[in-house]
Amino acid sequence: MTDLAHIRNFSIVAHIDHGKSTLADRLIQLTGTVAERDMKEQLLDAMDIERERGITIKANTVRIEYPAKDGHTYVLNLIDTPGHVDFGYEVSRSMQAVEGSLLVVDATQGVEAQTLANVYTAIEADHEIVPVLNKIDLPASEPERVKTQIEDVIGIEAHDAVEISAKTGQGIPDVLEAIVTRLPPPKEGDPDAPLKAMLVDSKYDQYLGVICIVRIIDGTLRKGDRIRMMKTGGTYDVDDVGVYRPAMTPVDQLGPGEIGYLNASIKQVRDTRVGDTITHERRQCAQPLPGFKPSVPVVFCGLFPVDANDFEDLRDAIEKLALNDASFTYEMETSAALGFGFRCGFLGLLHLEVVRDRLEREYDIDLITTAPSVVYRIHMRDGSVQELHNPADMPDLTHVDHIEEPRIKATILVPDEYLGDVLKLCQERRGIQLDLTYAGTRAMVVYDLPLNEVVFDFYDRLKSVTKGYASFDYQMIGYRQDYLVKMSILVNDEPVDALSMMVHRDRAEGRGRQMCEKLKELIPRHMFKIPIQAAIGGRVIARETLSAMRKDVTAKCYGGDVTRKKKLLEKQKAGKKRMRQFGKVEIPQEAFINALKMDS
Amino acid sequence: MPSITAPAPSSTSSAASENWRENGFGLYVHWPFCQAKCPYCDFNSHVAHGVDQRRWADAYTAEIRRIGAETQGRVLGSIFFGGGTPSLMDPETVAAVLDAARGSWAWANDIEITLEANPTSVEAGRFRAYREAGVDRVSLGVQALNDADLRRLGRLHDVATAKSALETARSAFDRVSFDLIYARQDQTLEDWRTELTEALAMAEGHLSLYQLTIESGTAFGDRLQRGLLRGLPDEDLGADLYLLTQDLCDAAGLPAYEVSNHSRPGHKSRHNLIYWRSGDYAGIGPGAHGRLTLNGMRLCSEAPRDPASWLRQVETGSAGELPRERLDEAAQWQERLMMGLRLHEGIALAADAHRLDTQALDELVEAGFVEADAGRLRLTSSGRPLLNAVLRRLL
Repeated sequence: MTDLAHIRNFSIVAHIDHGKSTLADRLIQLTGTVAERDMKEQLLDAMDIERERGITIKANTVRIEYPAKDGHTYVLNLIDTPGHVDFGYEVSRSMQAVEGSLLVVDATQGVEAQTLANVYTAIEADHEIVPVLNKIDLPASEPERVKTQIEDVIGIEAHDAVEISAKTGQGIPDVLEAIVTRLPPPKEGDPDAPLKAMLVDSKYDQYLGVICIVRIIDGTLRKGDRIRMMKTGGTYDVDDVGVYRPAMTPVDQLGPGEIGYLNASIKQVRDTRVGDTITHERRQCAQPLPGFKPSVPVVFCGLFPVDANDFEDLRDAIEKLALNDASFTYEMETSAALGFGFRCGFLGLLHLEVVRDRLEREYDIDLITTAPSVVYRIHMRDGSVQELHNPADMPDLTHVDHIEEPRIKATILVPDEYLGDVLKLCQERRGIQLDLTYAGTRAMVVYDLPLNEVVFDFYDRLKSVTKGYASFDYQMIGYRQDYLVKMSILVNDEPVDALSMMVHRDRAEGRGRQMCEKLKELIPRHMFKIPIQAAIGGRVIARETLSAMRKDVTAKCYGGDVTRKKKLLEKQKAGKKRMRQFGKVEIPQEAFINALKMDS
Repeated sequence: MPSITAPAPSSTSSAASENWRENGFGLYVHWPFCQAKCPYCDFNSHVAHGVDQRRWADAYTAEIRRIGAETQGRVLGSIFFGGGTPSLMDPETVAAVLDAARGSWAWANDIEITLEANPTSVEAGRFRAYREAGVDRVSLGVQALNDADLRRLGRLHDVATAKSALETARSAFDRVSFDLIYARQDQTLEDWRTELTEALAMAEGHLSLYQLTIESGTAFGDRLQRGLLRGLPDEDLGADLYLLTQDLCDAAGLPAYEVSNHSRPGHKSRHNLIYWRSGDYAGIGPGAHGRLTLNGMRLCSEAPRDPASWLRQVETGSAGELPRERLDEAAQWQERLMMGLRLHEGIALAADAHRLDTQALDELVEAGFVEADAGRLRLTSSGRPLLNAVLRRLL
C-alpha cells in the first residue's frame, strides 16, 4: 500500500479535440509507464468506436509513478472519464472517485459547453482544479484571453494555469509537478476498517469476464476476499486485484486512496452497477456510499432488421450487447409496418448511435432505426399515470386527461455573430430562455427546452447554423404538461406506425408538412401516384403527392446485352429487399430515420 | 447450371429445336477495335494500332466453320458486323468472313448483311468496297447533328462530315440507317425537336434513337460519380423527350417498332429482330454473346473479352468461347419477356403463359400499361417508357 501523502487521484476535464487523450498519452509516455515501442495514440480508448469518434464511453484508469522534484516518488492515478452528457451519471461517479481535476482548454478555442458541464460536476465533487492551456504552440493561441474566460465563465482562478502543448510535449513536466503540488492527497482512510470501495465502472473482457474499476475508501481489498455488492446484493470471490499501467498488473492488495481493478468471475456487466459500494461479505461496512442512482433510459427507439429473416440474429446481438451495457434496455416490439423488432432505451442520442453502430458493425446486421422518442407521462382520467415509450402505444384519447413531457436545461456557448440564429432555433423548438450572458465575444445561452425537440436533430441543426462554432450540453430538469398530440403518417392511405410521432399541437402542421415533403423525396416513384399525408386522429393536416414514375426503360438491348441486363434486373429486384412493403408501396430502409431530419 | 461444351447429337423434333426456323438464325461478328473510346460507350472496344487483319480474318473463319459444323442444315437469315468500329475492318477481312459464312450455311434469298460504321470520310471511302464484298446495309453512328455535342460525346467527326458520309452510304447501299443519341447534357425539348426534325428529313427507312444512358465503368460514369457530369435531364424531361420523339417519328412515317428503333414499313432490322424475338444467333469475336438452340437445349455462349486472348485461343485450335451455359425454362422465359416486350408486337403467349404472375398482370392491365389479347402480350404506349418497372413486376 502506498502512503496516502504520496497518492494523487485525478481526472482530466476537456472538450472533444481539446487534447485530453493526447495529454494522457504524454503523461504516460514521459513517466516511462509504457515502453516507447508500445506507444500508440489514445492509449486509454480501447473500443474502435472510441478511437474513431474521439470519445470516451467507458471509464479507464492508469497508474503512473512519478519521481517529483521534492525527492519522493508519487503514485498518480488518472481516471479517464466519459465526456459526453449522455453519460452524466457515470462521469459523476468517476469524479467522486478522485480528488482533483486538470481542466484542459484549447488555447485557440476557449471554454466549450461540454467542458462547463463536466467542470461543474468536478466542482460538485469538491475537486481542486488545475487549469491547463493546451496548443500554446499554435500561432492562433490566446492564453491570456482564455485565462480571463475561464475566470469569467467558470469562476475559478486561472492566472497560474499551466501552459502546454500536448503535441510537442512542451510543459508536460510542469503538469506532473502541478498534480503533485496543487492537487490534494486522498482523504484519510483506515486500512483496517471494514472494506468500503466504490465501483467506478466495469467492462467485459472476453478472456477474463467482467473487470471492475474500484476506488478504495476504507479497508483493504485482497485476492481471495469474498465481496458483496451492496445495491445488487451479489457476492463474489475475488480472483485477482491489480492496477493498470496501463496494462493490467496484479498487486497483492489495494488500500485506502488507491484505484485499481478487481476480477471476480462476474459473468455480466449487468450484475455490476456503476456507483455501487463494494464491501466484504463477512465484515460489511455500516453505510453504503451516497449518490448511487440506477440508470434510467431517456430516449427510446425501435430497432428492426432490414431483412425480417435476421430477427433472430438481432435478438442474439442485442442480448449479448445488453449483458455488457447495464444502461441499455430492450423489449420485443411488433410493428405493423416493420414486423418484429425491439423497442430500446438509451441514456441519450450518442448512446443510441453507439449501440446501433456496434450492432451493425460487430454483429453485421442491417437495421432500420425508427424515430427516437422520449418518455411521456400520460395522466389518465382515472388518475393513473402511464409511461409512453412508443407513440404507437398511445392510449385512446377519451381516457387521457393530460400529457407531460420531459424538459431539459440546455447550455449553449456560441460566438456572438451566430447568437441570433441560435436564439431563433431555440425559440422554434419551444424553448424558454433562462439566461443569456457574455464572456468576451462569446455568448452563453441557457434554455429550458422540451427533450423531444432536441432528441433528434437539434445538435445537427445547431452545428449547421453556427458553422460548428457552438457547443452544447444539457441536463434533465423534470416533466411539464403541454398540448401534445400523436401525429400519424399515411402513405397511399395506409398508416405507417413506425413513422408516427408525438408532437406539440402548435408544431404539428409544420412538422407534418416537412415529414410529407421529406418522404416524397425519400420514397422512389412507383407506377402509380402516391398520396403522403400527416394526420392527427382522423384529420389530415398535411399532404403531398408523389408523382407516378414516368420513365424507366433501358435504351439499348441487343444480343450482347441480354445476360448483363438480366443480371441488372435481378440486382434491382434484390435491391427491393432493402425496402419495406406497405400495401402496394415500397419504402426504403433509410427513409424511416431521414424523414425526421428537418431542414429548419 | 451445367456447362455444356459439346452437346451430344440426338434427333429431336421438339418445337425448341426448330427455334431458328420460327424466330430466325443470324450471325454476329464482333470487331473489337476503335480509333478512340467514346466516353459513354460500355461495349467491348479497345484502341489498338497495327492490327494484323489477315490473322483476324483467319480466326473469324475458323470460328464460323466450328459453329457451322454444329448448326449444319440451317439457313442463315442475317449477318451483323458490330463493335468496336467494324468500319475499320479491311474490306478483304469482311469478304473473308462472308466467304466463310457462305461455305458454312445456306443463305436466305433476302439475307441482310449489316455493318456498323462511323461517318468519317476515311471510312466512307471504303463503303463501295464493303458493298462489293456483300454488305447491303449500314448503320451509321451519327449520334448528333450539333458539333458542340459531338465533341462532348467524344466523337471524331463533325456534322458536315457525317452528312456527306450518309450521302456516300446511300449511293453504295440498298439500306442505310443511322443512330442519334438524345437526352444529352443541357438539351432542351426545343433543341431536340429541331434536331430530330432535321434528322427525319434525312432518314431513309430506319433510324435508331437512343436516350443517353450513363453506364458505370465508362468515362461518363466516372464523371457522374464525381458529380462532374451536369445538365443531364431528370426523369420528367427524359419522359417528355421520349414522348416528343414518338410523336415526331409517328408523324414522319417512321414509328417505333422497338424501344429505340424506328422504321418505315418493311425496313426493320431483321438481324436485331432475332435478338428481340429470342431467335438463334451465333456470336463470334472477342466478348461476343450467342444463343443457340441445339438438341432441345437453349445454350448461351460468350467469348473471352480480351482481343489478344481470344485470338490466341482460336489460333491454337481451341474454341473462341467460354464454356456454354444451358438456360433452363425459367431463364428462357425471363429472356423472352425482357427482349420480346421491347417490341411493339410483344410476345406470343403459348405453353409458357402459366409463368406469368397473374395478379401482377391483372394490375398492369388494369393500370393500362399492358395488353393481353389474341394470345399476345404487349405493352401499351403508356407502358413502354416503363418497361423495366413492368418487368420487375412480372418477373
